[in-house]
Amino acid sequence: MIQLTVNQKKYDVDVPEDMPLLWVIRDVIGLTGTKYGCGIAQCGACTIHLNGEAIKSCITPVSKAAGKNITTIEGLSPDNSHPLQIAWLEADTPQCGYCQSGQLMAAAVLLKEKPNPTDEDIDDAMSGNICRCGTYPRIRKAIHIAAGLQKQGGNK
Amino acid sequence: MKNLKNISRRSFIRTSGLVGGGLIISFMIPAYSGRKRTIFDNDEGESVFIPNAFLQVGSDNTIKVLLAHTEMGQGIWTTLTMLIAEELDADWKNIIVEHAPADKAYGHTAWGIQATGGSSTTWSEFDRYRKAGAAARILLVQAAAKKWGLPASACKTENGFVFSGNKKLSYGQLADSAATLPPLTDIPLRTKEQWKYIGKGIKRLDAPAKVNGKALFGIDVQFEGLLTAVVAHPPVFGGKVKSFDDSKTKLVKGVVQVVKIPNGIAVIAQNFWTALQGKKALQVEWDPGENINVDSITQLANFKKLADTDGKSVAKAGDVPTAMKQAAKIIEAEYTFPYLAHATMEPLNCTIKVDGDKCDIWTGTQAPGMEQAAAAKILGLKQEQVKVHTMFLGGGFGRRGNPDTDFVSEAAQIAKASGKPIKMVWTREDDMQAAYYRPSFLHRATIGTDTNGMPLAWHHIAVGQTLVGDPEAGASTEGISDSPYLNAIPNYYVGLHSPKINIPVLWFRSVGNTHTAFVMETLMDELAHNAGKDPVEYRRRLLKGKERNLKVLNTVAEKAGWGKPLPKGHFHGVAMHESFGSYAAEVAEVSLDENGLVKVHKVTIAIDCGLAVNPDGIKAQMESCVNFGLSATLYSVISFKNGVVQQTNFDDYRVLRLNESPAEIEVHIVESTEKMGGIGEPGMPPVAPAVANAVFAACGKRIRQLPFGEINFKA
Amino acid sequence: MTKKYFTIILAGQKNIIVLLMVMGIYSFTASFKKNNHTNLCPAGMLINETDSLVSKKAFLEVYKVLMSPRCMNCHPSGDVPLVGEDSHLHGQRVKRGEDGRGMYASKCANCHMDKNTPGLNKPPGNPDWHMPPANMKMIFQGRAARELAAQLLDTAENGNKTIEDLKNYIANNGLVAGAWNPGEGRNPPPLSYEEFTKQFRLWIDNGAFLPDR
Repeated sequence: MIQLTVNQKKYDVDVPEDMPLLWVIRDVIGLTGTKYGCGIAQCGACTIHLNGEAIKSCITPVSKAAGKNITTIEGLSPDNSHPLQIAWLEADTPQCGYCQSGQLMAAAVLLKEKPNPTDEDIDDAMSGNICRCGTYPRIRKAIHIAAGLQKQGGNK
Repeated sequence: MKNLKNISRRSFIRTSGLVGGGLIISFMIPAYSGRKRTIFDNDEGESVFIPNAFLQVGSDNTIKVLLAHTEMGQGIWTTLTMLIAEELDADWKNIIVEHAPADKAYGHTAWGIQATGGSSTTWSEFDRYRKAGAAARILLVQAAAKKWGLPASACKTENGFVFSGNKKLSYGQLADSAATLPPLTDIPLRTKEQWKYIGKGIKRLDAPAKVNGKALFGIDVQFEGLLTAVVAHPPVFGGKVKSFDDSKTKLVKGVVQVVKIPNGIAVIAQNFWTALQGKKALQVEWDPGENINVDSITQLANFKKLADTDGKSVAKAGDVPTAMKQAAKIIEAEYTFPYLAHATMEPLNCTIKVDGDKCDIWTGTQAPGMEQAAAAKILGLKQEQVKVHTMFLGGGFGRRGNPDTDFVSEAAQIAKASGKPIKMVWTREDDMQAAYYRPSFLHRATIGTDTNGMPLAWHHIAVGQTLVGDPEAGASTEGISDSPYLNAIPNYYVGLHSPKINIPVLWFRSVGNTHTAFVMETLMDELAHNAGKDPVEYRRRLLKGKERNLKVLNTVAEKAGWGKPLPKGHFHGVAMHESFGSYAAEVAEVSLDENGLVKVHKVTIAIDCGLAVNPDGIKAQMESCVNFGLSATLYSVISFKNGVVQQTNFDDYRVLRLNESPAEIEVHIVESTEKMGGIGEPGMPPVAPAVANAVFAACGKRIRQLPFGEINFKA
Repeated sequence: MTKKYFTIILAGQKNIIVLLMVMGIYSFTASFKKNNHTNLCPAGMLINETDSLVSKKAFLEVYKVLMSPRCMNCHPSGDVPLVGEDSHLHGQRVKRGEDGRGMYASKCANCHMDKNTPGLNKPPGNPDWHMPPANMKMIFQGRAARELAAQLLDTAENGNKTIEDLKNYIANNGLVAGAWNPGEGRNPPPLSYEEFTKQFRLWIDNGAFLPDR
């Protein structure tokens, strides 16, 4: 049994130690907002936070997460109220939407560490997350909007 | 869905009520009928009735919109609903949107089959969805008027209510009695002046669920007892299992079953990861079959040889050989394009549960009816016994609208062989290697110009495979054989070779235009330079009378500042192409970095798609087209060696990343009252040639192949 | 091999350092200022020709390893690490960041686990996976052997490491040793780890001479 804390809730899971966190979260715990895209840490669809870092859950063994805080897209906010979610909607960012959980989780770390990111900072933070629909211009725009919202005190 | 009663099957508008849990009216407008059978038309006579409302007004005030088309990112979830809302005056917060089930009633208004593609949804549903909304409103008003003993003209509607003076009833309160009214024969629609939403647009209705992980894609389906299946596919297309040993697979804890299916071996387990471990432990001896000789290098040599002969005539005028002899100058160019994988972000998957003579399928598909028919056939069921639940599509780009129904059929085979409810999930490696690509193409053009540099004779041979679902190979030369430039070219011949190669090929966003536009528009640039003329001016001369083409070309030139100074080291290239009933012209601003690699800074687009129903949605699709197009322009290649696809995942099949996307994509929607065209694809074809023409401006090198993002142009 | 007693005096530097190499005693410190590696053999210096040949030859062996993808990929000329046997730019265009551990959502450890992730094309791992930091980039890519040797010895560029520190670093650093456990589908450096550390010692112990080119 491995004990995991996902979005502040505790789960005991009976899985092999090397099972990637992605599949524990999706197939065992049942939270499907985190997506499978490549399985080799190339596309970023599976990005979640492990102790506040934007890890790729598809290659992170579950054993590494034991005793640490996991946040998935479902835990970003209870009600779409995170500045990034507000901004994402303001810019009408998603298209097919499949990559957006990962995009948001990556952007959340950027915004935490660099509250006023430049376009170059956004490039540096977000190039690990592929969007096949090409929503990149709106992701950029939304991150800038979110930075503004955060400055106004919208961040939690 | 609940049972329906009071069905008047022949009515133009169908009204009916739901049994139990309050009454609901539903409207059904007959789908297209009577056209000749298409390859998609798997329908075997009249099907029994399946609830097929386009719109339901519930007694609890909920308004349910059922989509005949599927949402794959292009925004029809929002646009189709908006069309209904335009007529219905409903309260937005009560609107629920769902994908319709597979049913003949939801057939495409132009093609008959229930399918999403060809950038056709908005124009093809523009009347049907508005009429569904209008019919509902008229009936609700009639019901209220009857109740109040007033003429309908004394009633008005707003925000989900019918009003008259200080009297007021909600749509939900009226749904019951509206359902008993006779069907309508005349449904007047609102005029342009009355539109509240069309032309202005609304925010995406699917966006909230797509920023919190709640949007459900096919891969997200879960229910008690569901198992996951992964498949060991033959490494070479058409390969067969010679023998296999699953003893080690069965030792993997959590593996439930291993079954042989026509296209490989499926490992069924408690979850994806376990199934994958089982697949890795599987020992399979494959008979690769005849396709082991498929090889990109020898194929190219074969294509070149084929291009030496004229092929099947696709379009011709005048006398090309004679005119060529009279030409002042002859320009020859040969172009090559690789296979491409759609690489939707959501890997292909399908969930199937068979229970006696009933089957439920959950998947993301562009063609629910085709999937339904194929699964029914495999499972020995009637088509109507198979219910297709269309989930959000994590990208489509044509891949999820396959007439061969490959992934759904495969899942059905696994369900059949195992007898278990399964979710089949392809790995990304399966997605890259297990088929259906944009075909590789070769084009060879020989152009004779007159003394002014204008084309006198155009000889053009295209070589490439015919798509599944395109028996006439129309897609192979679209954009050439119907090019707007041909009017101004007195002698031309367009020939096609369609070699049979056992690599499954399928439409890919923008289809044939992905290569034909590149050829035509880089050649236009070359001809212009050869004539010593400005590329925009040169095109104008050839496009006399082609008002829509000229309008987008002139608009983009003006908006992008064509001919005006650019930052040092930056260069412009232009291209224009019409496809899917729309006209797009683009100017790309590029530079070459210190390694001589192309950097695209900005793309300016002018688009004429007729009436712009949802302008921000159009902008979003143009942005999407540019970025999707840049992947194919700069990076993506699928190649073959010994019958095996050489790319496996996003590490070697490069697609555009955020840092590589243009800093700016500026979209100008040309005001137009012309016939509506599509939006999901027309923005893509001009990107590659615009960038290539800008590279020529930067370094004087002509680009004859895609992709070119890893070429050092300073070398 | 007979070792001679000799003195090297590096002139023209702020700090004049005398290297004393007594037969059998390898106790010295070295400090070479940047841009001075061209006059490392000033007039008056006594050179043991055999030692210099051995040292230079050893470095050329070391160089083969350092320039192999396993080492060079994390010592690129730019800020983006390299990947694969062909040393192409890291697909995700991650950058070293100030501390060499990546930036924002693209930190090295987000994908590079404590050990190699099993499977082809999956990220190799190490508990300390990182690049040289921004203020000490220790670039290998594009460096000639002579340049690279000088750079390794330059305390301004090598993290203020003494020659002794360098030897220890090579012998004991887990990330260096990790190159010989590259994960599926990747080739280890051309020499074995033992041979590499041996050649490195030979290079240093015989005077840390710079190869001619």
